[in-house]
Amino acid sequence: MAKTLIEVENLSASYRKNTVLHNVNFEVKPGTLTGIVGPNGAGKSTLIKTMLNLHPALTGKVSFFGLPFPKVKKRIGYVPQRGSVDWDFPTDALDVVTMGLYGQIGWLKKTKEKHRKQALSALEKMGMKDYADRQISQLSGGQQQRVFLARALVQNADIYFMDEPLAGVDAATEQAIMTILKELKSIGKTVMVVHHDLQTVENYFDHVLLLNRTVLHHGKTERVFTKENVADAYGGNMRWMGGERQYELHSFK
Amino acid sequence: MTYTAWIILTAALVGLSCGIVGVFLILRKTAMMADAISHTVLLGIVVAFIITREVSGPAMLIGGILAGLLTAFFVQWLHTLNVQHDASMGIVFTTLFAIGVILIATSVGNAHLDVQHALMGEITFIPFHTITIPIIGEIPEAAGLLLLVLVVVLFFIIAFYKEWKITSFDPALAASLGIPVLFMHYVFMGLVSITTVASFDAVGAIMVVAMLITPAAAAYLWTDKLLIMLVLSGTFGVVSSIVGYYIAAWIDTSISGSMAFATGLVFMVSFFFSPKHGLVSKYIRPSKVA
Repeated sequence: MAKTLIEVENLSASYRKNTVLHNVNFEVKPGTLTGIVGPNGAGKSTLIKTMLNLHPALTGKVSFFGLPFPKVKKRIGYVPQRGSVDWDFPTDALDVVTMGLYGQIGWLKKTKEKHRKQALSALEKMGMKDYADRQISQLSGGQQQRVFLARALVQNADIYFMDEPLAGVDAATEQAIMTILKELKSIGKTVMVVHHDLQTVENYFDHVLLLNRTVLHHGKTERVFTKENVADAYGGNMRWMGGERQYELHSFK
Repeated sequence: MTYTAWIILTAALVGLSCGIVGVFLILRKTAMMADAISHTVLLGIVVAFIITREVSGPAMLIGGILAGLLTAFFVQWLHTLNVQHDASMGIVFTTLFAIGVILIATSVGNAHLDVQHALMGEITFIPFHTITIPIIGEIPEAAGLLLLVLVVVLFFIIAFYKEWKITSFDPALAASLGIPVLFMHYVFMGLVSITTVASFDAVGAIMVVAMLITPAAAAYLWTDKLLIMLVLSGTFGVVSSIVGYYIAAWIDTSISGSMAFATGLVFMVSFFFSPKHGLVSKYIRPSKVA
């Protein structure tokens, strides 16, 4: 068994006075691609943010490579939800990707030609090279998400956290993003993705973390992603449609 | 330099520094913090006056920075206690401003400070209060203070340009990269404060809001590049102050009022005629959906 890479112990967090996460415990092995799945309001985004010190934890401990987050933040990449930023900001795609390098460039230093090249090749990888000079509000939702992915790639991190990268994107972008995620996994990176589409979980992720305020089930997809476990996470608020793997969900906020 | 030249130079300095700072106020969606801070610096200035017993530039700057940061801190604090952001702003700045007004009326009450002056400014008197600076010689104190503030603002904006950009665009990513987002917020509020204090004498608390927000909002309509937006906004600020002065001279009215009016004119022209987002260009060639 490989060593544990991410360790979360007894984590809890609240959001606007409501406890949204309590007693969260799990471990993640290196080189895995984990889907974080759960109903709306289950605390999926809060979990990621709390692990990355972007949201205060009430209790608990998170360690990466056996170290607390501040010591390893350069090795961790984060892709926020696309809707979390203002796409009317006066900047272009290349510039947004270059922002992923700001941590490495450091204070008081300017971005150089080599950083620009790195950003450009990340955009190329996401099939967005032709859009480098495009103002970001002029990009479609899928293209904006690719820019975000390119920005994460350029960070060259060891662990990636992505918040709903497949939400509201076109089919081609979904394919492009999944290709990249599998490629990241194949070169030994560890990726955790907040995901909402239950139909694709089995195809996309080798591990699943079923979350509803706490970790209900976590492990290899084929073992954990069963009807019973999913129903458990969604509070039984679901109806099985037709075939074995067709679900329709009714989740409450 | 002539009397008029000093007034125009002072006004142009106000326009330039406010224009530059204003860009980030707009982009960080904290435009109304300018309104809040422009009022609360009055308290800082009054307290500085009570302590030092003189209307001096440096003491006023320090008082203004402290008052501005206090405002930013209280607003943030009330917000974490689940008071709506705009409401907490309204509560904090009116209260602090009221304390300033009460202090002026009760403990300061002399010719140097009065509410009218604080709200509207008195740019016509600027050339009478001079200080002597080595090499340059005798200049109006307000112009000297504005020059100093402009240098400080330019230094911070240029030195931390990357950081301002990323914390404005995507604070979550910035924080995950280890950039102290909240600290940067307070530094920025400090910059807003010193700009406001320095502009205070010239255009007053109300008009400084116009100078901070309107040129930047106009510049936003003309360009998709941050750097160009900064240059444009500064230029709009300068142009508005000069145009405002001549409007005031022409119809013999308040200079600061005319300057604020001129910023409104610049915005209106931009709103109708800017090539990217203007109403007219939208009418002529409907924007393509990408």
